[in-house]
Amino acid sequence: MATSTPQPAGKPVKTLRRATVRLCGDSGDGMQLVGSQLTLTSALAGNDIATFPDYPAEIRAPRGTRAGVSGFQIQFAAEEIFTPGDSVDALVAMNPAALVTNLGDLEPGGVLVVDRDSFGDKDLRLANLPSNPLTDGSLEKYHLVEVAIGTLTRKAVENVRGADGKPLPAKLADRCRNFFAMGLVYWLYGRELDATLRFIHGKFGGKPEIAEANERALRAGWNYGETTELMPGSYTVGAARLGPGTYRNLMGAQATAWGLLTAAHLSGKELFYASYPITPASAILEELSRFKQFGVRTFQAEDEIAAMCSVIGGAFGGAMAVTATSGPGMALKGEGLGLAMILELPMIVVNVQRGGPSTGLPTKTEQSDLLQALFGRNGESPLPVIAARSPADCFDAAQEAWRVATRFMVPVILLLDGSIVNGAEPWRIPSLETLPPIPIEHPGPALPESPFQPYARDERLSRPWALPGTPGLMHRVGGLEKQDVTGHVSYDPANHQRMTDLRAQKVANIARDVPPQAVTGPERGDVLIVSWGGTYGACTTAATACRQEGLQVAHAHLRYLNPFPANLGDLLGRYRHVLVPELNMGQLRLLLRARYLVDAEGLNKVTGRPFTVAEIVERVRQFARTVS
Amino acid sequence: MSTQVPVLRSADFASDQDVRWCPGCGDYSVLAQMKKMLPSLGVPPERIVFVSGIGCSSRFPYYMNTFGIHSIHGRAPAVATGLKSARPDLQVWVITGDGDALSIGGNHLLHCLRRNVDLNIVLFNNRIYGLTKGQYSPTSPLGKVTKTTPLGSIDNPLHPLSIAIGCEATFVARSIDVHIQHLGMVLKRAAEHRGTAFVEVYQNCNVFNDGAWDYATDRQTKSDAILEIEHGKPLVFGRDRSKGIRLRGMEPEIVELGDGVTEQDLLVHDERAPEPSLAYLLSRMRHPEFPEPIGVLRAVDAPIYDAELNRQVERSRHANGPGSLDALFHAGETWRVP
Repeated sequence: MATSTPQPAGKPVKTLRRATVRLCGDSGDGMQLVGSQLTLTSALAGNDIATFPDYPAEIRAPRGTRAGVSGFQIQFAAEEIFTPGDSVDALVAMNPAALVTNLGDLEPGGVLVVDRDSFGDKDLRLANLPSNPLTDGSLEKYHLVEVAIGTLTRKAVENVRGADGKPLPAKLADRCRNFFAMGLVYWLYGRELDATLRFIHGKFGGKPEIAEANERALRAGWNYGETTELMPGSYTVGAARLGPGTYRNLMGAQATAWGLLTAAHLSGKELFYASYPITPASAILEELSRFKQFGVRTFQAEDEIAAMCSVIGGAFGGAMAVTATSGPGMALKGEGLGLAMILELPMIVVNVQRGGPSTGLPTKTEQSDLLQALFGRNGESPLPVIAARSPADCFDAAQEAWRVATRFMVPVILLLDGSIVNGAEPWRIPSLETLPPIPIEHPGPALPESPFQPYARDERLSRPWALPGTPGLMHRVGGLEKQDVTGHVSYDPANHQRMTDLRAQKVANIARDVPPQAVTGPERGDVLIVSWGGTYGACTTAATACRQEGLQVAHAHLRYLNPFPANLGDLLGRYRHVLVPELNMGQLRLLLRARYLVDAEGLNKVTGRPFTVAEIVERVRQFARTVS
Repeated sequence: MSTQVPVLRSADFASDQDVRWCPGCGDYSVLAQMKKMLPSLGVPPERIVFVSGIGCSSRFPYYMNTFGIHSIHGRAPAVATGLKSARPDLQVWVITGDGDALSIGGNHLLHCLRRNVDLNIVLFNNRIYGLTKGQYSPTSPLGKVTKTTPLGSIDNPLHPLSIAIGCEATFVARSIDVHIQHLGMVLKRAAEHRGTAFVEVYQNCNVFNDGAWDYATDRQTKSDAILEIEHGKPLVFGRDRSKGIRLRGMEPEIVELGDGVTEQDLLVHDERAPEPSLAYLLSRMRHPEFPEPIGVLRAVDAPIYDAELNRQVERSRHANGPGSLDALFHAGETWRVP
């Protein structure tokens, strides 16, 4: 069986710096799989990539309806990129519902591939379309490529025989449609087939007829592009100049899991990871469940509360204890977080933010849990809050969260955006020796004549992490206020004030322990864009674009949301305007205004979709107009 | 080859904190029996952890010179599950009450029991909310008049042992605060059980629900109201042990011994029966229709959650070798940029 990619011949090839492709279809059409394969193949071609999977909350919404449309967007580039792209250069729509819900993002003149076989009267009715877009003239401004994907796929696999010697049933044959579409896209962008062929034969190795059918469909799609007149030419996007090293493609959920594993390794700990299945955080639990040989103990708890509380137990026992959740799960963890906070035990609580409130938009991205992370507990209970900025950055952020947790004996909230946990980008594989260790000390046995003081503090105000099993260190912790130093239950008014101050000061001390806030762009000037979390890519791209237009725009991206870096207030004062783009209604802006009395302005949206670069650039231009 | 283990005394398990339960509270008795029993296990205090939730009984850990976590309402089984999963070497106790375990923490209790985590759960059942000063609890009987049920409770009560057996708990027992030798025996049996040991203790709240268990403790009534069960022995009770429990079909019935009825006709207790049906039947024997059983209703072996969790880790290490991050990072498709 040949695994090599056929060589295109005869048709013109146009070189591009970057391209954005969106693949969309029914949630059962396998669009996420096609997307992840195109991602891998583009990464292997040396492109920089950024992806945005976008799928509905329903597993299988009624077939052919707008509610069931699942999409995957990828930008690949011959230069460094930070976003999955504002608009789409090529759109593959497997049915009318996918077409109508995604067409708005396709550039005029963009390539539009549709499965003509899926535009029958019933399909149009399901998509709630009064007329057929293929014939009513509504697609005139695009480069429409109508392909009978269904028919051609069946034809491509008609000679495949199952173990019983019979041809594949039509239902199975139709499941290969996505590989046909993939082949056509691969041809369009000059992609190698090899990695996907390896994937097909690896995944379907146990069912050779399925593997063969998928391969035939993939090749048929590629050949279709090569031979028919419908496709006038193809494109090529060269390798990006990334720094030297060995790279791989990494999804955010994977990066988070691997970052936690690495933090455990660097601190000489074993990971106890407790979680309750919830979208989109479950991906981390699924990933870590595979790593028992690393000493990982995963616990699928009975509910969010139990996941949180079991992590407290694990931390008390000396494990690297971590839980993760999304959406309303974080609200359920609030009670346990309060206990963890007053116990002063190290642990990490990951919140993969999704659209809220309540169940909200489970599969869509948002940044609206920031204030909850800071304040969502009863009483005075400040906690450190850290956010990752991109899929691969989750790897670093997870380690940083554990470093802060253990140095300061405090639960750390790690905020991730749903879009970066589901997204992927190239990751330069680090050499383990270059990663800074995370040293942890536990007090040794104590003699009976020197009673152990569980709430004595060091210069950072951290208390000792004393482990059960250590002779002489028996002590009790609990949610009741405790006496300074001894940890005994105390209702003394002055002591409560003192303990409240100590816990707050301890968290505030973290600001001295983290790097000062960096800025890209001019050190002072007209506009400072302040961002956090997964909007990094759009904001940094927008700031660069604005500077290229001659605007004085700087960008500060915050990793530490609590406490803020020590120099942040000073920074904010150096610009005439502070713009805070957020996928919420102004939560960081509220904090900045309250804390620094700065007249920060917001760019806010909660549409379940990331910012486009253009949205941010346009807002900055408005400042420029008022400045000039 | 024996290492010298210092002989521990009851006092070694007492913390330096003043006990702050109301004078006359049944909790004192459980605390005393626990401290008296623990030295007999040969486990040093630093290897023992008491985890509790919220309520009067949940102050228990503060009074023990062991490790302890006074956690939040109802969550002790979850905290303890995490602790035991990470540290299977520790002996972990959960101290809870009827409200803590069966109301706010009901979900955690049932999942802890069905997983069979190696914990010892002691539920102090006083049929009232004590720490919040006298509201009815999930074990308060129908008609109970309390601050929040001035016209009497209309909530059908839960029965802790039936719940535990319904979850197929592997060790289920009951004792009474003032029945101190029996209580000590039951606590020791619980400690020695591998898997979740669930113990209900009838505990008197002399401030908000005084006398709730009088029928089980009063000299005049207790011998007819309580049945001390023992493995392999027929179910006999009564002041002069003249009564017994016989099965009629699927139902228990009280019979007078003599007049043609002998102990051989009685139901014989089998705490090791793999099927929980018999234990459940015992848990359904309730005052005043039946004498209520105390002792060990069920004690069977089953896979233990924390042991299995750690076994999976060991097996994976054995099968795949210890995890290598370098190998993980480089697995699958990679590319080099010069």
